[in-house]
Amino acid sequence: MNSAFLAFLPELVLLAGALGLFLAAIADASVRAARSITLVTAALVLIGSLFTFSQQIVLFDGAYRVDPFSQFLKTTLAFGFLCVGLLSGELRDIRGEAKPEYYLFLTLSVTGLVLLVSSIDLIPLVVALELSSFALYLLVPMRRERAQQQAQMESAIKYLMFGVAATGVMLFGMSYLFGLTGSTALPVILEKLPALLGSPLGIVGLALTLAGLLYKLAVFPFHFWTPDVYQGAANETASLIASLPKVGAVAVLVRLLSLATPDHATFALLLTTLAIASMVYGNLIALVQTDLKRLLGFSGIAHAGYALVGFVALDDAGFAAALYYICGYMLMVLACFVVICQVARDGTNVAINDLAGLHRRSPLLALTLLVGIFALAGLPPFVGFMGKLSLLTAALARGHLALVVITVINSAVAIYYYLRIVRAAFFGEGDERPIVIRLTPSTVALCVLLILGITALGVTPGSVIDTIGSSLASIRFPLPG
Amino acid sequence: MTAPTDAFPFLSTLIFSPLAALVVLGLLRSEQVQRWWTLGFTTTAALFSLLLLPRFDSGTHAFQFVEHAAWIPALEINYTLGVDGISLLLVLLTTLIAPLCVLASWSYIKHRVREFLIALLLMETTMIGVFCALDTILFFVFWEAMLIPMALLIGVWGGPRRIYASLKFFIYTMAGSVFLLVALIALRLETGTFSLPATMGHPLGAGFQAWVFGAFFISFAIKVPMFPFHTWLPAAHVEAPTAGSVLLASILLKMGTYGFIRFALPITPHAVQEFAPYVMWLSVAAILYGGFAALAQSDLKKLVAYSSVSHMGFATLGIFALNSGGIEGATLVMINHGITTGGLFMVVGLIYERVHSREISAAAGIGRQMPIFATCFGVFCLSSLAFPGTNSFVGELLVLAGGFKISTLLIACVVPGIVAAAAYNLRMLQKLAYGGTHNPDHSKLLDLNFREIAMFAPLVIFVFWIGLNPQPILRLMHASVLNLVQQANPVLTQVAALP
Repeated sequence: MNSAFLAFLPELVLLAGALGLFLAAIADASVRAARSITLVTAALVLIGSLFTFSQQIVLFDGAYRVDPFSQFLKTTLAFGFLCVGLLSGELRDIRGEAKPEYYLFLTLSVTGLVLLVSSIDLIPLVVALELSSFALYLLVPMRRERAQQQAQMESAIKYLMFGVAATGVMLFGMSYLFGLTGSTALPVILEKLPALLGSPLGIVGLALTLAGLLYKLAVFPFHFWTPDVYQGAANETASLIASLPKVGAVAVLVRLLSLATPDHATFALLLTTLAIASMVYGNLIALVQTDLKRLLGFSGIAHAGYALVGFVALDDAGFAAALYYICGYMLMVLACFVVICQVARDGTNVAINDLAGLHRRSPLLALTLLVGIFALAGLPPFVGFMGKLSLLTAALARGHLALVVITVINSAVAIYYYLRIVRAAFFGEGDERPIVIRLTPSTVALCVLLILGITALGVTPGSVIDTIGSSLASIRFPLPG
Repeated sequence: MTAPTDAFPFLSTLIFSPLAALVVLGLLRSEQVQRWWTLGFTTTAALFSLLLLPRFDSGTHAFQFVEHAAWIPALEINYTLGVDGISLLLVLLTTLIAPLCVLASWSYIKHRVREFLIALLLMETTMIGVFCALDTILFFVFWEAMLIPMALLIGVWGGPRRIYASLKFFIYTMAGSVFLLVALIALRLETGTFSLPATMGHPLGAGFQAWVFGAFFISFAIKVPMFPFHTWLPAAHVEAPTAGSVLLASILLKMGTYGFIRFALPITPHAVQEFAPYVMWLSVAAILYGGFAALAQSDLKKLVAYSSVSHMGFATLGIFALNSGGIEGATLVMINHGITTGGLFMVVGLIYERVHSREISAAAGIGRQMPIFATCFGVFCLSSLAFPGTNSFVGELLVLAGGFKISTLLIACVVPGIVAAAAYNLRMLQKLAYGGTHNPDHSKLLDLNFREIAMFAPLVIFVFWIGLNPQPILRLMHASVLNLVQQANPVLTQVAALP
């Protein structure tokens, strides 16, 4: 019991934090207090998940599994949570009365993701996924309304409708899996599934189940919400939507696909198609964007496609590459969003041209943006390059040459729109007397943290890749209940 | 093939000390102190790199100063460094050019000096890294990482169309190198290693070699740049600040030819044999096209840029002649081009600082007021047209002799290119040194100051030193070139091995 309690520590901390925020929201606490609670919670979760890194146990009658894999992801999510908390600051663009609630739902959404990476039963999996989603659905319309900024409701409804539809499809697929195997427990399903994957019903069941996760990851054709939600939501909200849920989605995809190990041409083909469609669609549309968040939305679709390249390999090397890549992606995209949040002092959307002369207004922000953008573009020595290298190696090792070539052509195309951002920030002189952007100490710390993280993960990825590799190996061992 | 020869990590020190210097640079307040510090550091690095020479054994083709450490065990990527005769020369060229770049931008760069010097130091790290890396991924990391400081050098400190030039440079190079990455991964899967020496000579199927060579070719040909992939070069050269142009011409272009020498020839010899004639004809096209395009320019920087295309044509011509004369000549052309064209770009930058224009007509007759300048300029011009006694003569002669063994017709076609080189260089020299009867008023111009003389002096010395006594340099690379010729002609080797 004691060890079970210990293994569940990060989740308990999160729930305690959420409860605290709930009370704070009732008591009409200041946004500063709510933010403090969130940051303390995030720090404690990070410490807690590091502390429980080596725990291995199955809880709640086989529905919840704590293993190195889940703990690694919880650590990553907690780190991302801390970054988002630091980045959110005073929430300039959230309606005044909703600010404490904003932090409450932020924490709840992360709680959902943390629960998600440990769920090994379909029912808790859906519950965790919806917990994280519904909190996000509520965060989007919290943005303040003002002239030329009334799209948040539309975005929220789009997000909700697509989300519910995707969940519906996923539940439909899950019903097939349940019908075929007679169980909702993943270990049972995945034990029986390989034999059933020859049948169309099995393939359709698993494919539809994946839909809900692909929606979170914003893979074509489940991407429609992405640009509108990025654009309509407040900058802080978009930074959350763009980063953490993707890590959770990839984690569950790994659990589903790696235990099934379908060395399966149909699945490889399906994933290849989705990957190529996402990359090509995302990159081509991103070329013509002018709104920075919208551009990052389309680039996010393309990056989801890159991550799927790892899944096409359907082996451990591929899954490890996808996980490594998406963890790196979280840092890269957060680095870009820090800059967006700081450039838009009043919380409005940022067009690429608004970055003009950023290197004079704030050298640190410009450097953060430079590192983030070149990492997204896949240049060494940043994590984006190492991630892409491991993805391509994994896919090519399985003989997917065409996919690999299409991927690299896509990353060459993507260079153009990433360079447009760099051009605006560095090559333009901007106004004669630039408005200097003053950064709070927490923002400076966050920028430095992200720059170091992106560079360190790119230069010395060894330990992280090893951790991912060994944690992947751990998910197949049966654990004591 | 790779045996540690020295305990002290010479190459790592050379590669990473600029990063340490960069940290110090970040702490210095005064711009003048920052310039002096960078100059002092790069000069020290240049002197330090000379320590490699006495320790280098030119009798063997083996890689020397080898350093080896596991870098990313999960992906079997290692941190392996080492140089042979060819790459040692390029490393020395890089360390020589770096302090000259600082001197060339001493008064030219007036805003954001610290950032500029940081970019220069980052360039030095990545450039030396490219020439020393013996792990394919390590090579690629340096190769790609270089794009970031270079694009910033052009885009932030460049001329009026700098943004266009910077984007074009970046996109072209990146588009080429993504294929290089795929080729490197494919090689890794085929040979089981990312190690460059282990990949060389690994037996590979003919079809596979053709694909890999195709990827190599796209990537390296863009970097060289070979005709018809050269269109980024004039734009980048013209818009870059002087130091950027010098770095581009002296070092970056060499990476393309170095790539052919280090990757294409030893790894895909069959494909190289198959495609060499086409590449040689493309080289001839580059020599002719570059020469005649240079002849038509009125902008000095554009003229020098197009002459670069022509000179690099000689380098690729020599490499793909696949005999020792050709490759030795090509390597010498690479070094010479670094010295001569680097010098010419400094000359153009200096003219621009004085008359604020790059047009030949605006600078006509400048030599009458500036005799020391005109002397240096004359030396570089004569070197650029391969006048006997200058460095380029030796290199181009060796290349032509090497090419002559392959095809007489081919070399005959090069002749108009050589004539064009004489024409555009002498025209430029005549206009600038003497001009016509109605020259612009240059009476207020000052001749070279001490800093500028210090900037040109090493290059002028090398022009004559290599021109009159090329033997030490040829000896340095001879063993490596012979080994390369053997690797590139596997059929010949087999025949020779028969009893």
